[in-house]
Parts: sequence; structure tokens; C-alpha cells
Amino acid sequence: MIKLTGIARDFQVGDQTVHALADIDLMIPSGQFGAIMGPSGSGKSTLLNLLGLLDQPTRGRYELDGGDVTALSELETARVRRDKIGFVFQFFHLVPRLSAAANVALPMMLAGVPVRERNERVAALMADVGVSGRADHRPAPLSGGQLQRVAIARAMSMRPALILADEPTGNLDRATGREIMDLLEKLNAAGTTLLVITHDAEIGARAERRIVMEDGRVVADDKP
Amino acid sequence: MKIADTFRLAWSSLASQPGRSALIALAMSIGVGAVVVLTALGEGAKGYVLDQFAGLGTHLVIVLPGRAETTGSTPGVLSGQSTRDLTLEDAEAVRHLRGVVRVAPLNIGVAQINRGSLSREVVVLGSNADLLDIRHMKLSQGRFLPVGPMDRATPVCVLGEQVRAELFGASGGLNDWVRLGDRRFRVVGILGGQGQQMGFNTDESVVVPVAAAQQLFNTASLFRILVEAEGRAAVEPVKAALTATLKTRHENKEDVTVLTQDAILATFDKILTALTLAVAGIAGISLGVAGILIMNVMLVSVTQRRHEIGLLKALGAPSATVRHLFLAEAALMATMGAIGGLLLGQLASAGLRGLYPDLPAAAPVWAMLAAVGTAVGAGLLFAWLPARRAARMEAAQALARR
Repeated sequence: MIKLTGIARDFQVGDQTVHALADIDLMIPSGQFGAIMGPSGSGKSTLLNLLGLLDQPTRGRYELDGGDVTALSELETARVRRDKIGFVFQFFHLVPRLSAAANVALPMMLAGVPVRERNERVAALMADVGVSGRADHRPAPLSGGQLQRVAIARAMSMRPALILADEPTGNLDRATGREIMDLLEKLNAAGTTLLVITHDAEIGARAERRIVMEDGRVVADDKP
Repeated sequence: MKIADTFRLAWSSLASQPGRSALIALAMSIGVGAVVVLTALGEGAKGYVLDQFAGLGTHLVIVLPGRAETTGSTPGVLSGQSTRDLTLEDAEAVRHLRGVVRVAPLNIGVAQINRGSLSREVVVLGSNADLLDIRHMKLSQGRFLPVGPMDRATPVCVLGEQVRAELFGASGGLNDWVRLGDRRFRVVGILGGQGQQMGFNTDESVVVPVAAAQQLFNTASLFRILVEAEGRAAVEPVKAALTATLKTRHENKEDVTVLTQDAILATFDKILTALTLAVAGIAGISLGVAGILIMNVMLVSVTQRRHEIGLLKALGAPSATVRHLFLAEAALMATMGAIGGLLLGQLASAGLRGLYPDLPAAAPVWAMLAAVGTAVGAGLLFAWLPARRAARMEAAQALARR
């Protein structure tokens, strides 16, 4: 479960303070599929970064699974990211010099999972997302859909409770985008909380809940 | 993150840029190679000098008349304040000491040598049969001085090769007669070509029995007594016994200086080691330069790999892990460079040995270890700044597409 109370994030640009997020209160129960929507510059990405602990709020309180995560040390924050949160990016962010399998294994490598267990889990994960045949390929020759599948396998490798997806279909054609959303929904159906940032009304329509943002505030939320 | 995985990941990064990694490793190699070659040269020079000294005779104890005072550095004989002379009786007395194998008295002077109408000036060494072994001289023809009492002035001499050639031409001379000063000597032997040794050239000298030399130069004193101890361990006891015996013989005055080969060698060893260290230090500067190169390239690399750093952080890598990854890359590059440098250095040293067989150019183990250590140390030190910059990168900003 995610609970945000009075979250604000200010950026200093020159001598001006920009309020990227202002006074956000939000509660997302475990297992929900939410879509965060809104125009560019509305604060969607800033919110996702805060939720993913990639950024710290200027004010407010963020509780993840009942614990306050705003006051954690750098090391503890990294551990929460590793164990509880999976990221899926618009531009995939695969390491180009590593094979698809090594990319999927990366979070487990960081967590110090033994090689044998790692290899078993990588094989299972890649089968789950349907890219088993591409295990030894570098990312370069893979199609966008395949890249995003590898990225999703990587996001799932530490069995996180929360998946944060920033425009996961933004760089894919419509048909491939649908396949990717099917895959993410399948994970959500298995119990993982799923938050997707999107411009795409079709994805918005598929979500359980739509949170619309504008100028750093939540302006519409159909299941507050 | 496990250490093996850290290095595996770091290696994959280096392997993805083979040209760049190899160039940096090469820069490191040249630095390490320079240290290895220059210390090899230094050690070679040291070995060469020590070899030359060893050629003077091993386990040698040298007795000089006069005493080196604490206030001055030269024995009295050099500053003209000689006390009691060394005599043949002193040499005879020393011969019977325990641990002494050979004793050669030595007198040196310059005299005119004549054969028929030919004449030249030569260095005359007055000594006895033991000199041949003590000084590792070599005979090319005939015999050396006869064995017998030191005070017998047998009129025989041994000619240096050049002196022989000048007096007798291409061949001949053995068993012929020459005139030294106002005396006639029969040539019983010819020294083999040996060249420079202990400051003078044996090729241009003539060896006669010490008593004959004393008559020739009209003196009863000796220039040196050369004593060979039976082994390295015997050198110090022999030195002590020598000093005591001569003190008793000289009315209880310690008026001789006793030098050992070891002491002289130790001094040279010290000087040459200091030289080697200095040269190694200068070569070490190039390691620093290679380190700066690593820093430069890694700073660029950190900027280029912004997304990767952000990704690692998003996947749960704490700052420390990111820092370790970059340091591991630097350590790997420096280690490869160091290994390459050792090979390079060994190759160059072998080349030097091939070119100059007299120079035993081989880098000492400490220098190789120090070079490798400095290389890896410099790599890590200079990688610290880029690694820290990578570790401190904000994940959200690093991932943002700009």
C-alpha cells in the first residue's frame, strides 16, 4: 500500500522556485492498477520518481507498506528500491553491452543472489515474458517490443510489490503496445501493484483507476 | 553486490571499449615498463661495479700504513704524516695468523725498463707468489714469481702483455733478460691481457719479487699488505687478529688501517642503491601521468554512461556499489597495464643483457612489486574522483532523457 500525505517537491531554477508537486495526498491500495495521466509538465514524472524513491520530496510523508520511507538513509533507500520496486521505462534503459539475460539478472547481481539461482530465475522470467530465445542477444538487434519484454522481466526479477511504468508503450507501435500492456496486466492480476504514467487514453481506459494531474496537483481521481 | 560480480560487470564495460581500454593500459604499461627497465639498469650497473670489485679478490683484507683518524678521512700516508712503516717482517708475522690463507706484500713504484735500445717507463709491482691468486691475475706464458722467503731478491720478473710487446715485438721475451733501473732481471712469465684493475693497468706493469723492488726503490717499507682470509666468515676475525698483531709489533700503537673488501662493497652498494631508487622515482612519475590519463578518460566515461548509472541506482545499487564499479574498472585497467609493463620491462631488460652481456641488467623483485603497486594505486587514486562523481549522481536526473 502507498500513502502520500502533503507531498510537495520544489525545484530551484535560477532564483525562481518551481513547484513541481504541491500538496499531494494519495492512497493506492496493494494490487491496484492505476494510470497517472496529464499533460507534459504536469508533474507526473516527478511523482513517479518520488514513488520510486529516485527523488526525495521537499515536504510531506511517504509511506510504503506501512513504513515511512522519506527518512531512510541512502543505503536503506537503495535496498527498498531493489526489493520492493520494479521500474519499466519508456526508453527501456537496457545496458547495451550486456546480453538480454545479463540485463534481466542485473538486479539479482546487485542483490548478491548466487549465480546458480540467478540463472534459474532468469530463465523462468524470460520464459514468462516470452523472450526465451533471445537470452544471449545483446539489446541492439532486438525489436522495441522484445526490449520492453526484457525490461519487464528485469523489473520482475526481485519479485517487487510495486511496478512503476513510465510511458511503457510510448516508444512502441500500437499492436506491440497492447501486448506489453497485456503482459503488465497479467503481472497486476498476479497481485503486483501497477502504476503507469501515460498519455494514451486507451491505456487509461484499461486501468482500474485514473489519476489526472495538472500543474503539480491531482485534479481528477476516480477512486480517491 | 559480490566482488566477483563487481569485477565481471566492470570487465564487460572495459571489453565494450577495447581500443580505449587497451590504450590506457598501454600508457600504464609504459610507466611500469620504464620503472622495470630503469631499475634493471641501475641494478645492472651495481652488479657490474660489484663484479669489478670482486675481481680484486674475494675475502680480501688490505692493510695500509697510517691510521685513519676520526677527524680526517685519509690515512696518514696520503696526508704525509705517516707513522711507522709496514715492513716485510710485518707481512711475515701476519702470514701465520689463524684464518689467513695467503699474504702478498705490495710495493709500487715507477722505473725505466730497458731491453737493448728499447726503453720505456713502467709501473713496478713488488710482491710474492701469492699475488697471482689474491689478485686473480692470469699468466699467458711461463711462471709467476718463485715461491720462497719474501726477503729473497731473486732477479726475475713477470711482464705485462703490453710491456712485452713493446720490448720484444710480436713474440718472444720469455726467458730473455731486461734491465729495470740498474738491475738485470730474467723474464720468467708473461701476464695475460687483463686490462684495468684497481686503478692501474696490469698490461703495462712489471711484477718483481718484493725484496727486489725494495732494493730498486731503496726502501724498507711496504705500500700495502694484501691478506686473503679463508672464507667470508673468517674476514672479521682475521681483521681483528691483524690489527692486534700489528699493534703489538708497532709498540702498542694502532698505526695501520685495515680495510675489508666487504666494507668497500657495502659503501658502493649503498651509493648505487640510492641511484637506482632515484631513477625508479623518476620513472614513477610516468605512472602518475598514466593515472591522470585514467582519470580523464573515466570522467568522460561517467558523463557518457549517465543513463547506466541512473539505471543501476533505480535497480537498487547504493552509491557505494556504483563507486566500486568504477574503481574496479580502473583497477582492472591498471592491473592489465602493470602486467603488460612487466612483460615490456622484462623484454627490454633481456634486450639490454643481449646488447651488453657485461651488464647484468635485471629488475629486482622489489622494484617490480613497487611498480605494480604504484600503478594500481595510481589507477585507484585517480579514479576516485570520477567514481565519486558517478556515485553522487542523482538517479532521477541521470535517467531523464536530455
